[in-house]
Amino acid sequence: MAAIDILGLAKTYSVGFWRKHPKVALRPLQLQVEEGEIFGFLGPNGAGKTTTLKLLMGLVFPTSGTAKILGGDIGDPRVKAQIGFLPEQPYFYDYLTARELLEYYAQLSGVEARTRSTRVREVLQRVGLSDAANLQLRKFSKGMLQRAGIAQAIVHEPKVLFFDEPMSGLDPVGRREVRDLMEELRQEGRTVFFSTHILSDAETLCDRVAIIHQGELKGIGVVADLTSTVEGKVEVAWQGATVPASLKALGAQCHSAGDIVRALVPEHNQDAVLDALRREGLRIISLTPVRTSLEEYYLRHLQPSGASAGARL
Amino acid sequence: MNARIAHIASNTFREAVRDRVLYNLIAFALLMSGAAILVGQISIDIERLVVVNLGLTAVSLFGVVIAIFIGIGLVSKEIEKKTLYTVLSRPVSRWEFIVGKFLGLAGTLVVNTFFMAIGVFASLLYVAHHFQRTDGWILVALYFIILQFLIVTALALLFSSFSSPLLSAVFAFALFVIGCFAEDLRGFAAMAHGVSRWLATGAAYLVPNLSALNVIGSVAHSQPVAGQLILANTAYALLYAGMALCGAVLIFERRNLK
Repeated sequence: MAAIDILGLAKTYSVGFWRKHPKVALRPLQLQVEEGEIFGFLGPNGAGKTTTLKLLMGLVFPTSGTAKILGGDIGDPRVKAQIGFLPEQPYFYDYLTARELLEYYAQLSGVEARTRSTRVREVLQRVGLSDAANLQLRKFSKGMLQRAGIAQAIVHEPKVLFFDEPMSGLDPVGRREVRDLMEELRQEGRTVFFSTHILSDAETLCDRVAIIHQGELKGIGVVADLTSTVEGKVEVAWQGATVPASLKALGAQCHSAGDIVRALVPEHNQDAVLDALRREGLRIISLTPVRTSLEEYYLRHLQPSGASAGARL
Repeated sequence: MNARIAHIASNTFREAVRDRVLYNLIAFALLMSGAAILVGQISIDIERLVVVNLGLTAVSLFGVVIAIFIGIGLVSKEIEKKTLYTVLSRPVSRWEFIVGKFLGLAGTLVVNTFFMAIGVFASLLYVAHHFQRTDGWILVALYFIILQFLIVTALALLFSSFSSPLLSAVFAFALFVIGCFAEDLRGFAAMAHGVSRWLATGAAYLVPNLSALNVIGSVAHSQPVAGQLILANTAYALLYAGMALCGAVLIFERRNLK
């Protein structure tokens, strides 16, 4: 059974005050996420990621289509008890302390009174907020609020988690911690569905990803499969104005500045380029991956259709 | 009561307390102390009348201001701050959320009124030096004021479920003011003719009849309140607030939380 089964979910809003006209936020979307998966939902800002999550959470109503979570209807309270949701840039009741906030959400999720306090304490510890448990949320930094957001999403031990841009606004350490937490959640057998526009996070974490652009699904699959047709690039920099003739045949695009030459090279030709430079006796300064292969895939699939999709809207 | 409604209500109460809503009690206490001292000095034989009139009117106005200004933000603030998203993604129905919010604010107003009532009775004791048996009717007037709060809170919540906070405040306050003159409106409707009679009658019965819930004048004159009126007013207020709340639920159930 799929943990999340999206069956043609679509949403069109009416915009305008006097003369209303339709604005497509999500075209019919078909998507299945298996249990125990970390699934990345990728797309640029305004692509329809948050709309999809809001539809799944029952916050907006679909124009057509339906969705099932753990085999049940998304509006079923028994299903909702198995869901954890972290909205994008979450705000919480800032007059509450972190402990009170989690207790409130645990109460609403039906966590039994006798286990509630223990559960709240454990979750606070897990997200690193034990020391701030009795601090009002209005005194929290952005990173701490994001942790509180994750804590409220997991306090009732849900089977399926929906995170909307969970790494947004976090510093590198915070992002790493969230990635580790998501990995732990997967190891516990939970399903994690998260939206992001940070591709490196998706590439590191996800079993599968879907790419959405202007409300339309552009691709879905295992990261390795999706990227098997595209290749990343590396930037090689060396000292000396010389550019070996063989580099052009290797697909290198060279730019020189002073006595430094930088060449953008397909990943599979990286060793051949380095060998050519060494043969010429040039001093290699750096070798830097420029784009991950998922980024290549992403850009390739979003750019060409951008204009036509834009014209439709 | 459903446990989730109780949790939402108690959180709404906690919010009001922590946002210092009950600080209005300080202003009320100062008003009543000043009035009691002043009335004691300038009124002869009508101290009781002045204190009861002033005290109960202040209880009503303070409470209505709280009901409107907190009530209009109960839903819109939650949407604006997106706090609603993490509530409605749990096994909480939209109607439970609305009812919980209503009960939370109603509870806040009851507690507020309780402390204000203590202030009114303390002022009365100060100026009159003793209580009379008829002072018990003040409790009935306070009960009617609470019924008014239920209606105003439900209306504020109704407007808040589809309108901006500013418009909701304008609508709720306008209905409160018109409602205070509902008996006059009904009188006008009775005298009108033709289409205007129908329109005036419709409007008179649509707006809340808050004037029927105002017995401050008669209580200040130590006049009793009929048991039948207490029952009728209770039924009317619960029905009116219930219908406004149902309206709020019906609108909110269909609303996309963009």
